[in-house]
Amino acid sequence: MHIVVCIKQVPETGNVRINPETHTLMREGVTAIVNPFDMFAIEEGLRLKAKLGGRVTVITMGPPQADAAVREALAMGADDAVLISDPAFAGSDSWATSYTLAKAVQKFGDVGLVLCGKQATDGDTAQVGPGIAAHLDLPQITYVRKIDAIDETRITAQRLLENGIETVESALPCVLTVIKEINEPRLPSLKGKMAAKKAVIPVWTAADLACDPHHIGLEGSPTRVAAVFPPPTRQGGEMLTGEPETVVPQLIEKLREALLQASR
Amino acid sequence: MSDPIQINSDTCVRCGACVPVCPYSAMTQAEGAVPTIDLKTCALCGACVSACPPQAIAIEPARKNEALDSFKNVWVFAEWSGSEFQGVTFELLGKARTLASDLGQKVVAILFGAGVANRAQELIAAGADEVIVADHPALAVFQDEIYAQELRQLCGAHKPAIVLFGATTLGRSLASRVAVPLYAGLTADCTGLEICPATRQLLQTRPAFGGNVMATVITPGARPQMATVRPRVMKALPADPARTGQVVLAQVAAEVLKAKARRLAFAPDTGTKINLGDAEIIIAGGRGMQKPEHFALLEELAGVLGAAVGASRAAVDANWIAYPHQVGQTGKTVCPKIYFAFGISGQIQHLAGMMSADIIIAVNKDPDAPIFKTATYGIVGDLFQILPVMTREFRKALGK
Repeated sequence: MHIVVCIKQVPETGNVRINPETHTLMREGVTAIVNPFDMFAIEEGLRLKAKLGGRVTVITMGPPQADAAVREALAMGADDAVLISDPAFAGSDSWATSYTLAKAVQKFGDVGLVLCGKQATDGDTAQVGPGIAAHLDLPQITYVRKIDAIDETRITAQRLLENGIETVESALPCVLTVIKEINEPRLPSLKGKMAAKKAVIPVWTAADLACDPHHIGLEGSPTRVAAVFPPPTRQGGEMLTGEPETVVPQLIEKLREALLQASR
Repeated sequence: MSDPIQINSDTCVRCGACVPVCPYSAMTQAEGAVPTIDLKTCALCGACVSACPPQAIAIEPARKNEALDSFKNVWVFAEWSGSEFQGVTFELLGKARTLASDLGQKVVAILFGAGVANRAQELIAAGADEVIVADHPALAVFQDEIYAQELRQLCGAHKPAIVLFGATTLGRSLASRVAVPLYAGLTADCTGLEICPATRQLLQTRPAFGGNVMATVITPGARPQMATVRPRVMKALPADPARTGQVVLAQVAAEVLKAKARRLAFAPDTGTKINLGDAEIIIAGGRGMQKPEHFALLEELAGVLGAAVGASRAAVDANWIAYPHQVGQTGKTVCPKIYFAFGISGQIQHLAGMMSADIIIAVNKDPDAPIFKTATYGIVGDLFQILPVMTREFRKALGK
């Protein structure tokens, strides 16, 4: 089976701040990593390939430097990688991003399964996975914690909902978004790292994907970011000191009102 | 003035590919003729433009806005579990009332399920002016494809200006599948919604980059304006059983029910009494809990306070507690009134999941733990000494 894993390069959280004067993102010196949820998607792709045979292709959409992300996936054992990159893609929201990735999946022509992380840690939308499925009119199973069974035509998987675990069966091809519980990603081998370093990563542009120019980048994005600003700063930092027997009653006194509201 | 959307009859091959893709059923085609577009129903969304093999259809981008005013009303997708509504549904209805009155439009609740029509009054009591009910055995439980297809149909037929969903697993799985074929704008996990007085657009504010940045997102040239909204942020209105509203039964067409995936089984989580997302109070433990057995101490305090139990990634990775309890970037984002952090150092990845709690209480033996910078109240000390005293004193204070 041909398994395609969609990954994203994201800034390591904690490093991104807003410049208080210009209200723009300060990305200087920020380390770029593979979106943590996508690591589980890569790992699951590799495990399924070991079981079913076939190949795993990792794709990412981003600027030229996003090729570091797919190299990491190659080092883990992915067979092929493609960087989807074109200045015309800049400013894509989740509609345009899922359109572009769907065009790439379509271009392969033989994809049995599309794997994504449940969301990226920069945008946190969780919209791109279902968006790809919608663009391709494929079924989807989101928030997958375990794949129970898979063959060339069908998959049965468990998804984690707020109030329990749902088992879903779907025809293939299908789009899956996975959560952390599904596996523990492997570390790349030294041999894998060496090979990944030397790999030539093909770059697919908007023209290569035969994208409709009205559906990509900023023009193809129904949403616009109108303003960016720092979050409200938290009040507080009040330290309560003393032995447990004195400090706990102090705390309860302070919480009295909130407690009455909350614990009804 | 020329029409804002035109089909070039010289290049049109009369294939009819554009007709079925129109979400608003604005296109018709006589046998072998160039399709015609009903400009009164056309939303200038562009679905036909991309479906046209010879690219014979063109929209004047500058005139896209002409179609936007025909979209009216604020819709709330009511999340029905099969036995009850999710709390976020009532929060959304409360918010929708404000948005709809700013726009001078109606609040419409959308209810899918089997044998649910008699629950519509609860949505009216919570703020809906109208409830559109799709009542069908195949809609008894959430199924991504079927729900998306039915909602897409309804949006195409009624043209809502705004559609709100809870940012739950269901809401997030569904919203994108509806927004894509409608060419609608979709903003995830909003924590603020208001109508811009000047443009009458929906201003959607949301955290990004793990909560380090806030962004306000608009959908200037497309409708509906769709958003998923974080639970426990908006305020529900007190239920008013005397409110009246209209209940409309929607058709469920056979083609809507076609699906390639289906639910085989559902195992409800019986272990946890309170779901983290709904909890008013969360008692969370981290690496400082040291052992899985020690989580019983947290359970005990949680029992007294009617709270849910959460955990940091460190505690989950050590297998002290199951993943559904994990709060933070690779776990859940929660928004309780009170969040207790026991033995959690406060890595940014954890903070991203709980920083919007009203009150944060941190107990940690390390006075330099970063959690104290975020905590409303901090206690430096041994949690194993403090926890039992807390459980005892809270029990006393609450008369339990």
